[in-house]
Amino acid sequence: MGDHRYQEYVEKDDAVIDGIDVSGAWNRMWVPREVTEYDFTFLDRVTDLSGGESMGWCYECAECIGVCPVDNVGSYGPRKLYRKLQIGLDLFDHPDLWLCTTCRNCLRVCPKEVDMMQIMPAVREQAILNGNVPGELQEMLQNVAEYGNPMGESARKRMRWLKKFDEPVRDLSKEPGEVDVLWYVSDYFSYHPRGIDAAKAMVRVFNRLGVDFGVLGRNERCDGDSQRLCGETGLFEELAEHNHALFEQNPHERLVVSDPHAYNAFKNEYPKLTGTEYNVQHYTQFLAEKTEQLAGMFTGEFPRKVTFHDPCYLGRHNGEYEAPRTLIEAVPGIDFVEMFRCKEQGYCCGGGGGGMWLDGLTADHTFERLSENRVREAVDVGAEVLAVCCPYEVSRFEDAVKSTDNDGKLEVLDIIEILDSCLGDD
Amino acid sequence: MKIAVLLKMVPDLVEELEVDSTGKALDTEELKFKLNEFDDHALEEALLLGGEEDEVVALALEGEGNEKLLFTALAKGASRAVQLTGVQPGGSGEQATAFAAALAESSFDLILTGVQSVDDREGQLGPLLAARMGLPCVSVVTGVSVTDGGATVNKEYSGGVMAEFEVTLPAVLGIQSAQQPPRYAPVSKVRQMQQTATIESLTVGGAGGGAESEVTAMAPPEVGASAKMLDDAAALLEVLRGEGVA
Ligand code: SF4
Ligand code: SF4
Repeated sequence: MGDHRYQEYVEKDDAVIDGIDVSGAWNRMWVPREVTEYDFTFLDRVTDLSGGESMGWCYECAECIGVCPVDNVGSYGPRKLYRKLQIGLDLFDHPDLWLCTTCRNCLRVCPKEVDMMQIMPAVREQAILNGNVPGELQEMLQNVAEYGNPMGESARKRMRWLKKFDEPVRDLSKEPGEVDVLWYVSDYFSYHPRGIDAAKAMVRVFNRLGVDFGVLGRNERCDGDSQRLCGETGLFEELAEHNHALFEQNPHERLVVSDPHAYNAFKNEYPKLTGTEYNVQHYTQFLAEKTEQLAGMFTGEFPRKVTFHDPCYLGRHNGEYEAPRTLIEAVPGIDFVEMFRCKEQGYCCGGGGGGMWLDGLTADHTFERLSENRVREAVDVGAEVLAVCCPYEVSRFEDAVKSTDNDGKLEVLDIIEILDSCLGDD
Repeated sequence: MKIAVLLKMVPDLVEELEVDSTGKALDTEELKFKLNEFDDHALEEALLLGGEEDEVVALALEGEGNEKLLFTALAKGASRAVQLTGVQPGGSGEQATAFAAALAESSFDLILTGVQSVDDREGQLGPLLAARMGLPCVSVVTGVSVTDGGATVNKEYSGGVMAEFEVTLPAVLGIQSAQQPPRYAPVSKVRQMQQTATIESLTVGGAGGGAESEVTAMAPPEVGASAKMLDDAAALLEVLRGEGVA
């Protein structure tokens, strides 16, 4: 026996045991080394927050990294954040705080339930209170606080999209009364040119189906879910109180929303504040129930190869994968093809959790946009049309089609536009 | 150090502006008001200048939306907020008289306001206030640093010419831009202020404003005749011949 057992606190450059030379880096691990003794100050600051606790549960298995859409185009993910926090990252004042899109893919695979959907808003809230807000995000927050929409458009002009559009739409701010469907139109459908195309398609489809619906008109405000995930809790609460009061004032059977983010807000987040459960459906769910009726009304075909992008906030966050597919498959002549990353494993467009307004910051820390990555995949499966059902996505993907040189090869359409195109004129 | 910041609400240009039936003013029915952007910069500059020991006081004349405005200033870090009552909202001269009366009570080292406001673009509040109070004034300011007993102030002239002034304090400064973009006021902080903070109220008599400019007529800009696009050189030649040039 050599005497190594009695000198275990000494690092040996050369170790010979019973005549066998076992020198090597590994022999230095006999005792804990400085690099494994961390200063937990920075990690503690996160885990001490209400909502931040689960950051400390990570055991560094790295399951999350493989599925993180941001890591796919850069270097990111819960495990990497955890490691950086161990070695002194001040997350409260660092770009890493704003890269997570809260897509929920890491939580899906994490054995320890490290929950970025709780961690991110908690840390971001503190950052915002300390005045650390990226400029582009601040502009959006200011717009929402001031005008109730991220574009900074006049709240009074929320119904301007109806100008020169002669389909009947009941504006409940002018014609109050009971309706079957209270349609929450959302910001992008009200103000964004491509969103307006989809909003008009929705009206035509509702009217063909004979849906008794109404909208909140100029009183409607942003649902606030993305603002909540950006850490602007106060703004979210203000918007929730406002929209909740409108839902109460306008009697309806169900609330149908255009936007998965609004769906998530009304289904999962508003009830925590207001104590009210809302009978809410995403429009694809509402229409999927009417597939038979729709099928009997189609007069046209859509003979094109179409793929579908699952919105994170309809799919992973709320488990709805089938309703959009039911509608797509009901379209006459359509050739539907799945992308490799679909349903539970769907790739993120990059717009969630505030990403919609962080393009500049994200671009500095990634080598391509998430939307560009996704568009390439759609082209790879041979799709001519990328179908979506979240108002954030049309503009994001259309930009990505251009920036990846796929102009003319891939068209981005909301499912409602495809349905509308097959319904004919009356 | 004690810094006063004068804030004012102005029509928000996201709404269509319409002239009222008198033909001399905007129709306020359909207007939305917001903080004058330059005043926001003045507030930011004051907050950047003010340290732990210093006092930043935000002042505004009574008016629609001004309470929220002052609570927002508190949320951003102002130490106190004061609303002046008993004044008829009028031109820069009347405002200057009201603010001068309010500020005479306490000894401020610096009085900051926006260089101008989008409603009249006069830029007169600072200079008139300084004249009323007998203080030095620098306008179009893009940088302030406080020195012993005075301040070094950068002023921007046209054509990008910059000048540096030494001013004795107290002084009135018309701020064009703060050294950082105006900060964000988190809604939860504003709401917290609305619940816990108070806005002081100070009555100042309507002492009149002296000479005021008077609006004699107001009208939307005339839409000019649209430009005519010419297809080729021959068409251009024809136009020039018609004008007797070629
Ligand atoms: S999957 Fe969970 S436990 Fe594993 S490394 Fe990622 S965050 Fe940590
Ligand atoms: S929520 Fe999505 S973007 Fe955020 S860390 Fe997890 S996988 Fe990455």
